[in-house]
Amino acid sequence: MNTKIRALMGACALSALATAALAETTITVATVNNGDMVRMQGLMDDFYAKHPDIKVDWVTLEENVLRQKVTTDIATKGGQYDVMTIGTYEAPIWGKQGWLLPLEFDAAYDVDDLLPAIRGGLTVDGKLYAAPFYGESSMIMYRTDLMEAAGLTMPAEPTWDDVKAAAAAMTDRDNEIYGICLRGKAGWGENMAFLSAMANSYGAKWFDMEWNPQFDGAAWKETLTDYLDMMTNYGPPGASNNGFNENLALFQQGHCGMWIDATVAASFVTNPNDSTVADRVGFALAPNKAGIAKHGNWLWAWNLAIPAGTQKAEAAKTFVEWATSKDYTALVAEHEGWANVPPGTRTSLYENPEYQKVPFAAMTLNSINAADPTNPTVDPVPYVGVQFVAIPEFQGIGTAVGQQFSAALAGTTSADDALAAAQALTTREMKKAGYIK
Amino acid sequence: MARAVSSRRKALVTVIAWTIGLAIFFPILWTAILSFKSEGNAIASPLTVLTTPFTLESYETVQERSNYFGHFWNSVVISLGSTLLALVIAIPAAWAMAFVPGRRTKDLLMWMLSTKMMPAVGVLVPIYLIFRDLGLLDTRTGLVVVLMLMNLPIVVWMLYTYFREIPGEILEAARMDGATLKDELIHVLTPMAVPGIASTLLLNIILAWNEAFWTLNLTAAKAAPLTAFIASYSSPEGLFYAKLSAASTLAIAPILILGWFSQKQLVRGLTFGAVK
Repeated sequence: MNTKIRALMGACALSALATAALAETTITVATVNNGDMVRMQGLMDDFYAKHPDIKVDWVTLEENVLRQKVTTDIATKGGQYDVMTIGTYEAPIWGKQGWLLPLEFDAAYDVDDLLPAIRGGLTVDGKLYAAPFYGESSMIMYRTDLMEAAGLTMPAEPTWDDVKAAAAAMTDRDNEIYGICLRGKAGWGENMAFLSAMANSYGAKWFDMEWNPQFDGAAWKETLTDYLDMMTNYGPPGASNNGFNENLALFQQGHCGMWIDATVAASFVTNPNDSTVADRVGFALAPNKAGIAKHGNWLWAWNLAIPAGTQKAEAAKTFVEWATSKDYTALVAEHEGWANVPPGTRTSLYENPEYQKVPFAAMTLNSINAADPTNPTVDPVPYVGVQFVAIPEFQGIGTAVGQQFSAALAGTTSADDALAAAQALTTREMKKAGYIK
Repeated sequence: MARAVSSRRKALVTVIAWTIGLAIFFPILWTAILSFKSEGNAIASPLTVLTTPFTLESYETVQERSNYFGHFWNSVVISLGSTLLALVIAIPAAWAMAFVPGRRTKDLLMWMLSTKMMPAVGVLVPIYLIFRDLGLLDTRTGLVVVLMLMNLPIVVWMLYTYFREIPGEILEAARMDGATLKDELIHVLTPMAVPGIASTLLLNIILAWNEAFWTLNLTAAKAAPLTAFIASYSSPEGLFYAKLSAASTLAIAPILILGWFSQKQLVRGLTFGAVK
């Protein structure tokens, strides 16, 4: 064998070894279709530059479709996904079931920098089961020009009485301006997200310490009656069909005086490309009832978690660490500006002087801090969650109760009947599930 | 003798037919219009939407964000594959039921159809587990098989109806001339039933193309067809109508064109046997 052939064979062997060393691990990431997640897909070059041995396949889906798919996959240990985007509702339930791998990061990740309210909702028995990518609360968005015209000033921490007075003063039905726009569409993540949070601020709760439903109490009655009064007198027509997107459209077109909803909406309503009222929007903390410390704001986060069935846990963890790190925040700021950084997960972001210039930054942080998922109501309760109850049965129960309250808003049933039906159906389901003996 | 139809009656029927046709087509038309609007304009009131400028920005975003052709190819393979496989199984089955019926043939047909009445979600977990164990999750092969099974009762029923219109004597004559069962099926029965087979083929391609339960639940990144492509543009929090409309228009365009060119065969096949 001559030297040339030997050299060639040696080169082939070396290149084969090199290829094996650079073998790619492909991970599949299931995620929701929201602006922050879509933005991340556009910034993947940074990840590939740092980790050339990992390739990421994205599965982007609408929230409810995603929830159904990832739940089926994780419950059957299907192993289709290596990283899943899950909400604050799923994280503690799935963590407790042993469906998720606990996350442990090195010191550079700075896990103590995560906002305590958000981190608390993702921790089970001291272990973090999901890393928050984006956090939100809810707050009041209001039209500064209409408030001024009505001769009113919005307090930084208004009560429900202040909100009612402002809604009455701003309503001008002839010009299709409605004082207040709130969610009315039935669903545990739709009207019940708002109404559960509102009920907390009235001193109501879903269950007592023995898991008995509380819809027959005075606090829930007052909550629902006030909600229906406000929406009937000052709300837009057909409000029982309105969810986030419908109210967003109404607010952006100038039809709402106030809108109480997710803090993420702030970036939409202040965007002059889409909103006709972009320069006339003010923000305030979600209201409370006079004399009650709890405010009617919720807490939600989209988080990245690693299912226990994955075969590629190391690569998945590398990706989660990159996507929820401080460096990623800086990367987004560099490419898209500080207003587009995923909000609501890290204390350091809100200490950053550049981020403090964003108009809704301070109110978002105040709103998140005002919500406590481990202690959501005035009285002690056996569950975790502000606008939901973190038990597997809640999706079904929450939607069924939401249908009753949506029907009351549509006028097909009364508040009393809706509350009685909610009490009966929740009691039945909780007995069936074995919570009530 | 043909009945004389007055021109007033003709005009009335035309107007009614057009109104119904437009009402059915309107959602598709509106989707197409919204796909050419900006997100801000797409949520304006319907009359305002028509006066706002047209733009291609949603198509650009969709093109940039998604691998349309990858999803498109998956849809083609899954819908064609499942339909052809169903035909291969259904033609002999329908032949047996139409020409050599037994005492229980009618019951068997009814039972086959009754499986369509079960909500698909009822068997999601068992099928998911089978797919997991066979390594068929997120594969086109798996979807071809499951969609074939889902559509098989309809294919058998349609072919059975067409075959019954064919006189059994023709097949008998072929047999007397020495044709084997294979020859009889391939060279005698199939050519005579071409219109019926064509309309069954087209209808099932459309059904498989639009199927959005199994295709969403059994796929992830690799085998996801156009239904998953559409689902990625909807969002409970944020403006998405224009982009969703653009994605929907791109997804339905191929099947709309196919339907347009083959409408004659479709109508002929669907009304086959209705008029003697």
